[in-house]
Amino acid sequence: MEEVAIVGVGQSTFTRKCGVSVRELCFQAYKEAMEGLDITKDDIDASIVCSAPEYDKQRTPSGLISEYLELTPKPTFYVESVCSSSSTGLRVAWSLIKSGLHKVVAVIGFQKMSELTSREAAERMGRGGDIIWESPFGITMPAGYAMYARAHMAKYDTTEEQMAMVRVKNSSYGARNPKANYRKELSIDDVMNSDVITSPLKMFDCCANCDGSSSIIVARGDVAKRVSKIPIWVIGVGAATDTMTMSGRKSVTGLECSQEAARQAYEMAGVKPEDIDVAEVHDCFTISEILAYEDLGFAKPGEGARLIEEKQTYADGKIPVNVDGGLLSKGHPIGATGGSQIRTIVRQLRGEATEAQVKGAEIGLVHNVGGVGQYGNVTILRR
Amino acid sequence: MGFESFGTVSFTAEAKVADFVTYLEQGKVMATQCKNCGAKYFPPQMDCPRCLSTDAEWFEVKGSGKLITYTTVQYGPSGFENDAPYTLVIVDFADGLRIFGRLSRDIKESDIKIGMDVKVVPVKLADDRISYEFQRA
Ligand SMILES: [Zn+2]
Repeated sequence: MEEVAIVGVGQSTFTRKCGVSVRELCFQAYKEAMEGLDITKDDIDASIVCSAPEYDKQRTPSGLISEYLELTPKPTFYVESVCSSSSTGLRVAWSLIKSGLHKVVAVIGFQKMSELTSREAAERMGRGGDIIWESPFGITMPAGYAMYARAHMAKYDTTEEQMAMVRVKNSSYGARNPKANYRKELSIDDVMNSDVITSPLKMFDCCANCDGSSSIIVARGDVAKRVSKIPIWVIGVGAATDTMTMSGRKSVTGLECSQEAARQAYEMAGVKPEDIDVAEVHDCFTISEILAYEDLGFAKPGEGARLIEEKQTYADGKIPVNVDGGLLSKGHPIGATGGSQIRTIVRQLRGEATEAQVKGAEIGLVHNVGGVGQYGNVTILRR
Repeated sequence: MGFESFGTVSFTAEAKVADFVTYLEQGKVMATQCKNCGAKYFPPQMDCPRCLSTDAEWFEVKGSGKLITYTTVQYGPSGFENDAPYTLVIVDFADGLRIFGRLSRDIKESDIKIGMDVKVVPVKLADDRISYEFQRA
């Protein structure tokens, strides 16, 4: 079977208000991904557009973006798994190439949250859970993760200070990332003294929704070697789901969708957690990063908080995590987020991550979760 | 009558399990059991993906359960602005039933303990709405 590689990556600056149209926003990421490649738009066999439709004003945006990038008459379609949409996009691109159907596929993720009024955004926030059984109680995305945080604290003695340490680390890298929305360095006190949103999560435990786009150009092995100086190989893809209802979860101290997606990805790649040189994990909240350490096998269950306390996830630590600032600093433009994580790992493996390069990184991992642990995607990349 | 009167804000009305709301009005919180294979469901469902039967019977969730986690929400979505703060919890009952909902406002956040015993009770809300909540057992 054909090998599959990523040959181009790009993202827009993530910002609270981008001030351009969705098609122009997507162009920013696509331009960065395509520049320097020995291919043009005519070599792209298909495009996959990723976003969360509840935030889109434009109906069926894939057709529009395909037109703007002059990718017609090549096939285009839309995929969605909320916050992990563009990792799902990469998974589908990988499959299309593996099947022999296509040689080059463009994955484009976006979200323009500023197109909604705050009233519209609050209305959508109310429909994120099961609309019959859980939304009528007023559940929100932060509340779902807060319940995981509370259970993790009770079972493993994880503290709010340890959660704050995740934000402190990520803010130190976000400050160096020119494409991040939030570029201030934060202290433990800043996080601990911020307003409670949904206990025990405070404002700085939470990422901010943003406008943004990302793009990944995926190619068949032979093409990748021809068009790219340093193709980055997709060696493991894992995906899994968990229930939409919180009451359906078997565990409230770890995300089973992450654990299962990781198991698949490690098995396909033939690597173990200790082989990973650098990782991007889905830190929509500080607790999410601690859960990810455990769910991905970087720490044993209950020992995730110790990993951050010992600074093992800093760039010079045992397993560097989110050394681009993570969602917490970059911001979270739902459909674009996975592509941004993938871009960071590709730049790390190429040795181009000038802001915070992990020396000699050869194998990287991307962990991208949709909803409150509802859709899990884990992708393993190798130089 | 369907789910249009269930919870602080409802988003849809029709469902084969709409009798859940009728039972709430009679003072009962119910779950379902598949008549064919015996599988028990909460949230209730008439359809059984395990044996493909569409025939289930109702049974009451009785006794006390254990609170397994909680959060107190300070900022609610649209329609919940005047409701916050409120506490969301997950509770484990016998037979593997796990139920999500709100904790009674009579229990202060500082008094909540993971592992505490609670019971599930129907409650009337403003504007003729109805729900259930968890109270100290
Ligand atoms: Zn059955």
